[in-house]
Amino acid sequence: MTETSVTKQEPVEQVVVLKPSKGWIALNLKDLWLYRELIYFLTWRDVIVRYKQTVLGAAWAIIQPVINMLVLSFIFGNLGRLSTEGFPRPIFTFAALLPWGLFSKALSDTGRSMLSNRNMITKVYFPRMIIPLSSILGGLVDFSIQFLVLIGMMIYYKFMPTSAVWTLPLFLLLALATALGVGLWLSALNVLYRDINYILPFLTQFWLLLTPVGYSVSEISPQWQNVYALNPMVGVVQGFRWALLGTAAPSWISLGISVVISLGLLVSGMFYFRRMERTFADMV
Amino acid sequence: MSEYAIRVENLGKRYTIGAQTERYKTLRDSLTNLTRLPAEILRRGMGGRKEEIWALKDVSFEIKKGAVLGVVGRNGAGKSTLLKILSRVTEPTEGFAEIHGRVGSLLEVGTGFHPELTGRENIALNGAILGMKKREIERKYDEIVEFSGVEKFIDTPVKRYSSGMYLRLAFAVAAHMEPEILVVDEVLAVGDAEFQRKCLGKMSDVAQEGRTVLFVSHNMSAILRLTEETIVLEKGRVAYRAPSAEAVDYYLTSGFAQTGERSWLADEVPAETAPFRPLALRVRNPQGTIADTIRSIEPFTIEMEYQLDAPITGLRVGLYMLSTHGDHIFSSFDTDNADEYNQYIMRPAGRYVSRCSIPADLLNDGRYILGVNASTFRVRRYFQDEYALSFIVDSTGAPGMQWAEPRPGPIRPRLSWNIKEIG
Repeated sequence: MTETSVTKQEPVEQVVVLKPSKGWIALNLKDLWLYRELIYFLTWRDVIVRYKQTVLGAAWAIIQPVINMLVLSFIFGNLGRLSTEGFPRPIFTFAALLPWGLFSKALSDTGRSMLSNRNMITKVYFPRMIIPLSSILGGLVDFSIQFLVLIGMMIYYKFMPTSAVWTLPLFLLLALATALGVGLWLSALNVLYRDINYILPFLTQFWLLLTPVGYSVSEISPQWQNVYALNPMVGVVQGFRWALLGTAAPSWISLGISVVISLGLLVSGMFYFRRMERTFADMV
Repeated sequence: MSEYAIRVENLGKRYTIGAQTERYKTLRDSLTNLTRLPAEILRRGMGGRKEEIWALKDVSFEIKKGAVLGVVGRNGAGKSTLLKILSRVTEPTEGFAEIHGRVGSLLEVGTGFHPELTGRENIALNGAILGMKKREIERKYDEIVEFSGVEKFIDTPVKRYSSGMYLRLAFAVAAHMEPEILVVDEVLAVGDAEFQRKCLGKMSDVAQEGRTVLFVSHNMSAILRLTEETIVLEKGRVAYRAPSAEAVDYYLTSGFAQTGERSWLADEVPAETAPFRPLALRVRNPQGTIADTIRSIEPFTIEMEYQLDAPITGLRVGLYMLSTHGDHIFSSFDTDNADEYNQYIMRPAGRYVSRCSIPADLLNDGRYILGVNASTFRVRRYFQDEYALSFIVDSTGAPGMQWAEPRPGPIRPRLSWNIKEIG
C-alpha cells in the first residue's frame, strides 16, 4: 500500500506516498519494527483484559491444559490404550499440551482478532499484522505459567531435563512460527469469509487428533510417517517432548518437513495478509 | 525539504455497493460463483449488476507546512473518505497522496479504549495506538490526566465513566499527540458545550504551534475560528477552495434558491417521503410578494406548500432557521400552538400551505438559512432539507441604526427602555 523513502537532506524527513497497490506487495517489515511498542501494548491489553474480573484469574491458564490432559489421557489411554513410550501418561500428555496450547489458542484467537479490533482498523494506521501477532504473543504468557506447572510435574515424577533441553527454545520458536503462519492466513481470510469462524472449532479438534499430543508418533505406521509429518505440529510436539523428557527423538526427515512447512505457512501467510491488507478497512 | 506537508493528485476512491457486498462473502458463495462463471461472463456483457460509487474523484490540492486547512461538504461529499486515505487507513483507487512528516489522525475519540481497563491503562493504550512512544506517554502522563479532569477516577475501569468523562479523557490523550500533520474529523460533533470549547481551544493551540492541520467539520463557526483556508467538497470533487470566510459562504449558499422561493420537482424528492410531497418554500414580504430580501422593521411570512397523497395523523411541518455560521436560531412547527395542534391532529389528503409570520424587529441584518422538516414526533420523518432557502434581512431603520456599527447576534429586538433620573 505504501512506499517509504527518505530524502537525503538535513533534517531527514519522512516521506510517504500513498497510492493504489496491485497484487503481491512488499512485507514492509520496517513499519512493523517502528510500531514494535504497539505490539507490546496490544499483547498487554489482551492479557490483562482476559483475566480482569475473573475470580480465578491466571489460574485459568492452568486449568485448561489440566482438563485437556485428563480428557486426552482418558480417551487415548483408558479407552484407546495408545502408547506413551513407557512414560507416565499425565506428563507425557501435559508436555505436549504446552506447545499445542500455544497453537490452538492462535487458531481460535487470530480468526476473531481482526474483527474484534475493527474499531482500530477503520480509524488508525498501524501495520495490521500486529493484530494477529499480538494475539499469538499473548499465548506466551499462558505458556509460561503452564511451563512452571510442567516443571512441578517433572519434579513430582522425578524427571531431569535431558541434555537436549537447550533446543527447547528452538522448538518453541517453531511452534510460534507455525501458529503465526496459520494465524495470518486465518485472520486475513476471516475478514473476507466469515465462515472461518464456524470452521475453526472443527479445524482445531481435527488438528488435535492429527497431532501426537495424547499418543506417541510410534502409533503411526512407518509408511505413513512422512505424510503424517506434513502436519508441522508433529515435529514441534515431538521435539518439545524429546528435549524436555527424553521421549523418542523426531527423525530428521519429519523434523525437516515440519520446518519447511512451518516456514512456508509463515512466509505465504505474511504475503497473503499483506496482499489483503488493503481491503481490511473497507471490508471488516 | 519540501515546503508542502501534503500533496494530493487526482485522488480517487471507488466503493462497490450492491448485491456483491450485501452480505459477507462465504466460501460457499465463492465456490458456487465459480460454477456460475461462464453464465456470468455472458450476462456481464449485457451490463453488470454491481454498482460502483466514486466517493472521491480527481481530487488534487496541496497544503503548505504549517497551514490550517478546513474541509467542508454535505454528508456523503467524501470528507471522511479523504481523511481515511490520508490517515493510511484505506487505499486510494487512483491517484496518489504524498505526505511529508508524521501524521496523527483523530478520526474518532477514544480509539482502542477498552471498557475493562482503567483510565490510567487506557491512556497508555490509546497513546500507543495514536502513535506515541512509551517514553512520550510517560512524560506527558500528568499533563493528560490534568487536562482531562478525571484525576479522581483515573484508576477505575472506564466502563464506569459517564460519557462526558470518557470523552474528556479520550480527547486529553489525543490532544497531546505531537504529529507534524494533524488530521481531525468532526470530533467536535460530540460532547457538551464545555467540551467543545476545550477542544477548539486545544486545536487552536496546535495550529499556533506551526503544525499543519486538516480539519473536517460541519460546525461553520469552528471552521471560521480555526482555519485560514477551506476546501469545499461536493460529491467527491473539490468544488471550491478559498479563504475560510468565502468558502463557508459558498458552501452555505450554493445549491440554495436565492430568489425567495425554493421548489421541489417530483424527481428531486426521494420516494420515502410519500405520502408527503414537498412543493415549495417561500418567503413573502408584507406586500405579499415573494422576496429574497426583507426589512427587519417589517413582519414577513414564510410559507411551505405541500401535498398529501394520503391522510396523515400527527403530522407537523416546520422550519429551522440558521445563521450563515451554521448556528441554529430557532425551530418552529405548524402545530406548536394548541389550537392548530387540536384542529389538525389528522390531515386528510390534499394540497396545503403552512404559513407563519415572523414578527418585525426580531432578526438582525445578514443572511439566514431556512430548513424544512415534515415529521411525526418520534415516529417517522417524512421530509427534511436543512439548507433549503436563504434570504437576507436588511436592518435599515432598526433601533440603534443611528450609529453605524454592526451589532453581533442573530436577533435585534426593539426593546422598550426606560430612563429615569433617580437622584
